[in-house]
Amino acid sequence: MNIGRFWFTTLWVFVLLFLALPIVIVALLSFSSASYLTFPPPAFGLRWYEAYLGSREWLASTWLSLGVAGCVVVLATTLGTLAALGLTRLRGATRAAVAALIVSPLIVPGIIAAIGIYYAFSRYRLVGTPIGLVLAHTCLAVPFVVTSVSASLAGLDRRLEQAALGLGATPWGTFRQVTLPLISPGVLVGALFAFITSFDELIVALFLSGSGAVTLPRRMWDDLRFEIDPTIAAVSTLTILLTAAILGGAHLMRRRGLFAER
Amino acid sequence: MIPAAAVAVPVRRTVTLAPVLLVAPLVAFMLIFYALPLAAMLSRSVSDPTWTLENYRRLAGDTVFLRVFWTTLRTALAVTIGALLLGYPVALAMSRLRRTAAGVVLIIVLLPFWTSVLVRSYAWMVLLGRKGLINEVLIATGLTDTPLKLLNTSLAVHVAMIHILLPYMILPIASVLRQMDEALPRAAAGLGAPPWNVFARVTLPLSMPGVAAGVLLVFVLSLGFYITPALVGGPRDFMLSMLIAQQVDLLNWPYAACLSATLLAATLLIIAVFQYLPGVRDVLKTVPR
Amino acid sequence: MDAVAVPVVAKTVEFQGASVVLTGIEKRFDTVGAVRGVSLTIGAGEFLTLLGPSGSGKTTTLMMIAGFETPTQGDIAIDGSSIVTLPPHKRNIGMVFQNYALFPHLTVAENIAFPLRQRGVDRVTRTRMVSESLRMVRLPGYEARYPRQLSGGQQQRVALARAIVFRPRLLLMDEPLGALDKQLRESLQLEMRRMHADLGITFIYVTHDQEEALTMSDRIAVMNEGRIAQLGTPEDLYDRPCDRFVASFIGESNFLSCIVVGTEGNMVVGDRGGTILRALTGSLPSAGTEATFTMRPERVRFADAQFSTTRTNRVWATVTETIFAGERRRYLCRCDGGASIVVKEPSSTTTRRRMEGERVELIWSISDTVVV
Repeated sequence: MNIGRFWFTTLWVFVLLFLALPIVIVALLSFSSASYLTFPPPAFGLRWYEAYLGSREWLASTWLSLGVAGCVVVLATTLGTLAALGLTRLRGATRAAVAALIVSPLIVPGIIAAIGIYYAFSRYRLVGTPIGLVLAHTCLAVPFVVTSVSASLAGLDRRLEQAALGLGATPWGTFRQVTLPLISPGVLVGALFAFITSFDELIVALFLSGSGAVTLPRRMWDDLRFEIDPTIAAVSTLTILLTAAILGGAHLMRRRGLFAER
Repeated sequence: MIPAAAVAVPVRRTVTLAPVLLVAPLVAFMLIFYALPLAAMLSRSVSDPTWTLENYRRLAGDTVFLRVFWTTLRTALAVTIGALLLGYPVALAMSRLRRTAAGVVLIIVLLPFWTSVLVRSYAWMVLLGRKGLINEVLIATGLTDTPLKLLNTSLAVHVAMIHILLPYMILPIASVLRQMDEALPRAAAGLGAPPWNVFARVTLPLSMPGVAAGVLLVFVLSLGFYITPALVGGPRDFMLSMLIAQQVDLLNWPYAACLSATLLAATLLIIAVFQYLPGVRDVLKTVPR
Repeated sequence: MDAVAVPVVAKTVEFQGASVVLTGIEKRFDTVGAVRGVSLTIGAGEFLTLLGPSGSGKTTTLMMIAGFETPTQGDIAIDGSSIVTLPPHKRNIGMVFQNYALFPHLTVAENIAFPLRQRGVDRVTRTRMVSESLRMVRLPGYEARYPRQLSGGQQQRVALARAIVFRPRLLLMDEPLGALDKQLRESLQLEMRRMHADLGITFIYVTHDQEEALTMSDRIAVMNEGRIAQLGTPEDLYDRPCDRFVASFIGESNFLSCIVVGTEGNMVVGDRGGTILRALTGSLPSAGTEATFTMRPERVRFADAQFSTTRTNRVWATVTETIFAGERRRYLCRCDGGASIVVKEPSSTTTRRRMEGERVELIWSISDTVVV
């Protein structure tokens, strides 16, 4: 192998290690038995996992995050799927305007969205409530649902719906028996992204959590600022596993194509 | 034979109401809980105490703002360049590997992508702390006697941000490279071009839309970054987003609104400019997530 | 331009087909008139083809009958009642699309049973009707397969089964054989013709392939630029095309222009640089105007003293090109007047093959000559 090739390969392998290393370190740290942030850990154990599972506050935050994410999934998937269906049938300026509104959370920097929401929600009296989080997170999650469902719809042959109508199915029957089954992968992937978006979300939570609705990321943030003990490593590792499982699943689903084999 | 004279029949109007009904719930939802809040907040920059552009004028001369803005810009620039230099080789390698190997590399690139920004920032705190891995290795190998201050420095911010934003650079470039016609570099080689020339004159120019998309994504995201600089940065790494958050904590809404409007305007401007570059829009559509 | 009598086609079962009447149908997309003033009466049980090049409006017309497009003007009546305001799912019409439009997430059986489910047919009856249709399209036992496991021809047959299983009185087909290779197409054409005879329902078929139309149809409506150029049986259209478009679109035609000299009964006499030609005509052009005579290449022969002189047209020409194409020979000849004439004769070991440059007299019957 010539010298150029060698350095090239070294470079990109190094970058890959650079990408993967920090996460591996966090996982290893979570099994450390020391009570402070040190690496390499003196010994291994499940101490920090026990600390996490034994802590009322950590568990409460976990349940809250899961609950909020669950509600966000339902709300965002419903609103988003309906909107995607409508969007494909719109044209021209209306379509562009609606699409711009729906996609705007992806473009507006997180901090700006967060303080804008905080500004209004304090007037709506929604700060420090789970409902406030659900409403805000839904706005952030919806672009992913709409994008995913729209992609599915784009691959759907219009003539299938026409065929169904011609064969006697009502418009609602056509949607239920033909359209929905064929776009369900897109809906599912969108739902998964909505879940992760809400579960991992921090910036909005920084302002909206208050003291009554402390999400898991928000608690991790507070802990990081004020006392650093490796419980966070345990929590992080668990969330890494959860996120990787969900998004990995979504990735595989997308690879599988438009309709699942039964 | 029925005469060809047309029998007048009222034209049935095709129902265009339905699509509007389908998008209406989401549009209403987002207007109430997202767009209007944002607009209301931003309007504080021009409405307090009366309609005026005074706040913006003051901004132009505000040294704190200018310093923070400059810090944000140069950090974003440095991070973008760093991500480009490190990310391009990975994208290039990915496009050349066979299917299964490329898939593995993709997973390695996507895995941190799937981890929350908070966790990744925390990982760097662990790595760069006084008792972190880097310092332990440096001490163990004898390169230094006392732990170096790596955390809460500009270096930490740059390294961590590059780490987090790298996938946003790699994925668009890889996407474009993968779609490139394999026959083109081969034709160039067959015509007598040595490998470096093949790269510089064929591969690189053709990958430009992907590069542009990656640069756009990384730069724009860097401008608005909050979590990472807040956790691993020092006092000299005070970014615009942090200034905004600080002002909101102080309930200084007009000022915060001004800063937000400026950041938003800068973001939109850059996106608008990049959208007009050839090919960039298509690449942005194909990047997963 | 319409044949006066709607031909009666012999059926093995009694008529179950619907009659369809289009009156002054128009469809405008923005300012483009895709269909303009189409009026057509289709008899019960008839096999009618809409034939034309792309953009002629044939598919749009079909879509209006199906209900997926609304006419901007005009009326469509099935069995006497207007259906223009009826949504597609209430029209009870069978439809077969070019790309089959089989539901990929359902099995063959579920696809075919789909219209039956919408009509509330119970499961036992559904199963029976599905196997009956599969037998009719000669795919017995394919119930559990998925569309992607089938070949193009098989998918087409499943689409057909699905379209007729609920016993519609009208079947619409939009270039259903377009995606198949030639041999498969020809065998499916025959199958469709057979099914039409067995079922006795009305078929409206859209295609751009004139050979297909000539093979399968009872009558053909040739469409061009949104209008019907000519309506008639395949023989009518082939032997008596009414204009240049129909003459060149269906089969191959030769065209000779001449100056009208006069009429004799139902014949027009034309002068082409000294040569007198006669043609049959429906209309009577006035003397002095220019007229175009047309005849089919295979009706033109080389003069071998086989024809009597009174009922024929003759011109002298030079052979410029000869092509041997298996079952026939094709010659390109240049007339003395300058026009080209194509001659087709069956290849045979007994007739001599003409050489390029040979001077020949071309001869064909007056009854094969038409004014367009």
